[in-house]
Amino acid sequence: MQKLHGSTLRLAAAVTLAAAAMSASAAFAEGKYDVGASDTEIKMGHFNPYSGPVSAWGTVGKLQSAFWKKINEEGGINGRKINFISYDDAYSPPKAVEQSRRLVESDQVLGLFNPMGTASNLAIQKYMNGMKVPQIFVSSGAIAFGNPSVYPWTMGWLNYASEGRVYARYLLEQKPDAKVALFYQNDDFGKGFVNGFREALGDKAKTMIVGEASYEISEPTIDSQIVTLKATGADVLFNMSSPKFAAQAIRKLADLNWKPMHFLTSSSAQIGSTLGPAGLENSVGIISTNYYKDSTDPRWKDDPAMQNWNAFMDKYYPEGDKTDTTNVYAYLVSETIAQVLKQAGDDLTRENVMRQAANLQQFSTPLLLPGVTISTSATDYFPIEQLQLIQFNGHTWDFIGGVIDGSAE
Amino acid sequence: MTIERTTALVFLICALAVPAMISGFVTFQLTMLLIYAIAIMGLNLLTGFNGQFSLGHSAFYAIGAYTAAILMDQFGIGYIWTLPAAGLVCFAVGFLFGFPALRLEGTYLALATFGLAVATPQILKLTPLEHWTGGVQGVFVMKPNAPFGLPLTSDQWLYYLTLAAFVLLYVLAKNLVTSRTGRALLAIRENPIAAQSMGINVSLYKTLTFGVSAAYTGIAGALGAIVIQFVAPDSFGFMLSVTFLVGVVVGGIAWLPGAIIGAAFILFVPNFAEDISKGLSGAVYGIIMILLIYVMPSGAGGIVSSALRVLRSR
Amino acid sequence: MELLLQQILSGLATGTIYACMALAVVMIYQAIGHLNFAQGEMATFSTFVAWQLLAWGVPYWAAFVLTIALSFVAGVLIERVVFRPLHGAPALSHIVVFIALLAIFNNGAGFIWDFTIKSFPSPFGQTTMFGSMLNAHQAGMIVCTLVMLVLLYLFFSRTRLGLAMRAAAANPESARLVGIRVGWMIALGWGLASAIGAVAGMLIAPIIFLEPNMMLGVLLYGFAGAVLGGLTSPVGAVVGGLVVGVVENLAGTYVPVVGSELKLTIALSLIILVLIFKPSGLFGRAVAKRV
Repeated sequence: MQKLHGSTLRLAAAVTLAAAAMSASAAFAEGKYDVGASDTEIKMGHFNPYSGPVSAWGTVGKLQSAFWKKINEEGGINGRKINFISYDDAYSPPKAVEQSRRLVESDQVLGLFNPMGTASNLAIQKYMNGMKVPQIFVSSGAIAFGNPSVYPWTMGWLNYASEGRVYARYLLEQKPDAKVALFYQNDDFGKGFVNGFREALGDKAKTMIVGEASYEISEPTIDSQIVTLKATGADVLFNMSSPKFAAQAIRKLADLNWKPMHFLTSSSAQIGSTLGPAGLENSVGIISTNYYKDSTDPRWKDDPAMQNWNAFMDKYYPEGDKTDTTNVYAYLVSETIAQVLKQAGDDLTRENVMRQAANLQQFSTPLLLPGVTISTSATDYFPIEQLQLIQFNGHTWDFIGGVIDGSAE
Repeated sequence: MTIERTTALVFLICALAVPAMISGFVTFQLTMLLIYAIAIMGLNLLTGFNGQFSLGHSAFYAIGAYTAAILMDQFGIGYIWTLPAAGLVCFAVGFLFGFPALRLEGTYLALATFGLAVATPQILKLTPLEHWTGGVQGVFVMKPNAPFGLPLTSDQWLYYLTLAAFVLLYVLAKNLVTSRTGRALLAIRENPIAAQSMGINVSLYKTLTFGVSAAYTGIAGALGAIVIQFVAPDSFGFMLSVTFLVGVVVGGIAWLPGAIIGAAFILFVPNFAEDISKGLSGAVYGIIMILLIYVMPSGAGGIVSSALRVLRSR
Repeated sequence: MELLLQQILSGLATGTIYACMALAVVMIYQAIGHLNFAQGEMATFSTFVAWQLLAWGVPYWAAFVLTIALSFVAGVLIERVVFRPLHGAPALSHIVVFIALLAIFNNGAGFIWDFTIKSFPSPFGQTTMFGSMLNAHQAGMIVCTLVMLVLLYLFFSRTRLGLAMRAAAANPESARLVGIRVGWMIALGWGLASAIGAVAGMLIAPIIFLEPNMMLGVLLYGFAGAVLGGLTSPVGAVVGGLVVGVVENLAGTYVPVVGSELKLTIALSLIILVLIFKPSGLFGRAVAKRV
């Protein structure tokens, strides 16, 4: 049933695609363009931190550069080459404003695609909307980026709150009398999850949540927080930390011999880069969610999509780290951007690009988990809301149930 | 003296004329340059002229920015008035911080100010203060338009406003350092004990300098908030302090016009490094810094003063 | 009560991490009279070198010793090549060079070894002890730190070389007059500081995982520990590091409302308070000022 459902969706997507392609060829004679697009070229803007303390994210920009190089070698999109311009914002909002203005006013790009960072994107949101330039698939989980009635030119990608909701609903179903401890990074990432989680627990949040502890990314260890949380007597740990701290927490739990039901955010739930260093035997039973395939999960070793991705990495981005699933994420986002541009056809106005971004209908690519699709609409500005609950069995991720929709009720 | 006067005049004329010739984006960049220059000037008053080392100026920049943002956001106060307000608040904070700093020297003062830099973003994120600071999400600020129907774009207006603030603060700083007070500051830097025995009230001057320096940086922070239209706690980390310090050294220790050169360095050189290599931009930036220190160990100020010496000796 | 005990123990374990780095800070301060901002990144880079050697199949202790030797040589080279020509430059210019080195090593490590976290093996294993409050590596690390402390203490107070180094730092002019080669003493200080940093990195990495920014936080706490202890005293550095670790944990656990969000701030404020009453740190020597 699951499989049938998936293939129907793919068929639907194919039909949409074909329709888009036909309308594109029909309109070929009269291409409509805004600044940043022409008969031969589409100029895309992007920024992320290549330097500074979170330069680990710089791999997103590097992978996307490689991706567009591949697309260009294969003939571009609807015959147009992609000119991908990416700058370093060092994760600093003032620098992000400077780089965005450079992209929009000086390089004259069609729009910003997948710019990174909550604060950086909040800082440019008003500017982008004032200029009516698309700011699409913002790489952040803040709910602020899915508010089309106020900011029609800004579209998010996913939001932490919906993932928090998925865990909360699962918990209410499986263990309604749980005593929950929250462990989170003290920034928008951690707090976004906490808010979604609390909201979904509703009135029960007060009684269920027995302890909270946060950390700053500059802290060397988080042992103290875990010790404190254990002392609250909680039997569920909701772990909203980035990979390094997640790995430390997993190991500290093992050291303390504390075995709560352990929820771990998807952004840290990678076998190669988090669970492996923390010890696979310590990670058994961890529950998380995901929407794309973990390149370090042996389950996908012979998966054609993963082999494709591996071949791409070898050919176009050989210096990239294949155990870093950020590179899968970046590939997936690029594919979605390509889809938006394909759908836009020869009407490469900023307005149409935005309209097409808000018109993804169950778009599917093989790197997504089976059954997960990407949809947007004029009122739904979060492409990723379907998630798959997963649990680690010491070797690979097992699926719990089917794909869940995490959008607000 | 005449050389300096002429240079200042030429600079001012260029600075006034330039927005008509450049795009909005470059105007914005120059505005940021002037803002950083004000902050660097503030740090130079403390570190360069008075010899007190500070790694905490990101905190004053943050306090200035948040003062402006909160006054506009919560109280609807006009943006112009937030500038003196930010200056006053930061003066008070800096002055008070100057007292414990009196007891500390060199490395110990560095740690104390460093503590301030680390603590500030955490305090701004604090849950009980979220109503005012917006917590991790920060505060939005409206971008002002030119008043009185002036035929200027918003970018140009903010540029002139910042330029006015810079010129005013520069003249004040210039008068300060060439006055009796300025000589007292230098005397304290060179030898506090000797200065004390000459009848200089070392404690008072040191704490006042801390206050004035903080006020300068705070005003820069407020201007930054208005121009960027957004403040968030993690924009004001410890690395911002380090950046200001780099600006001071590159511009020249205890040389006020160096602020412009230092600001240009911290604003443009990272972009240049990134153009050379995305993957190694940090390393390229580092190498440029080292080469620069090799060429001019005392910053641009060192080069200029030795050039002037050569000119005058002829 | 059990929570208090656990927090103190876990604070001591974390404090050992800070103490380790604080020793390296004291070493460089003895040699050059500054803090070196790049020290953490240099230690991280050394640890990556060790990791690479291990990945190539070199046995642990061989890699350990080799890394220390390489780091020593690298430290001496950095002093000779980068800082020697800047002999007459103002102290602030040196600080800019430290910052530049920080950027170079951090970026270089990320470029060569990527950013995903790596586990680093421990020679002591990870079995837990003392009612699961410490693991074997943490215990081993405490022992190693104490051994380093004793060695450093003996070096500075019992060997000619150590005494010469102290003399060169305290009074370069007089030291030169009695025949000490001050320049080489400084280079030696760099080498030793870099070697101690490498040891610290290799001891810390099994606990907090190896990645390019590993030492960013640790160095800050190491500075705090060293300054609290008095910067000139290895004993002070270790005590300072441990105190910072424990105080921070207790602040995070027992200060209501803001404790867990402000634990570093509270710890730093306490340090500043201590410094106000004892400006040269807990164990530092007060230096007589000359006019």
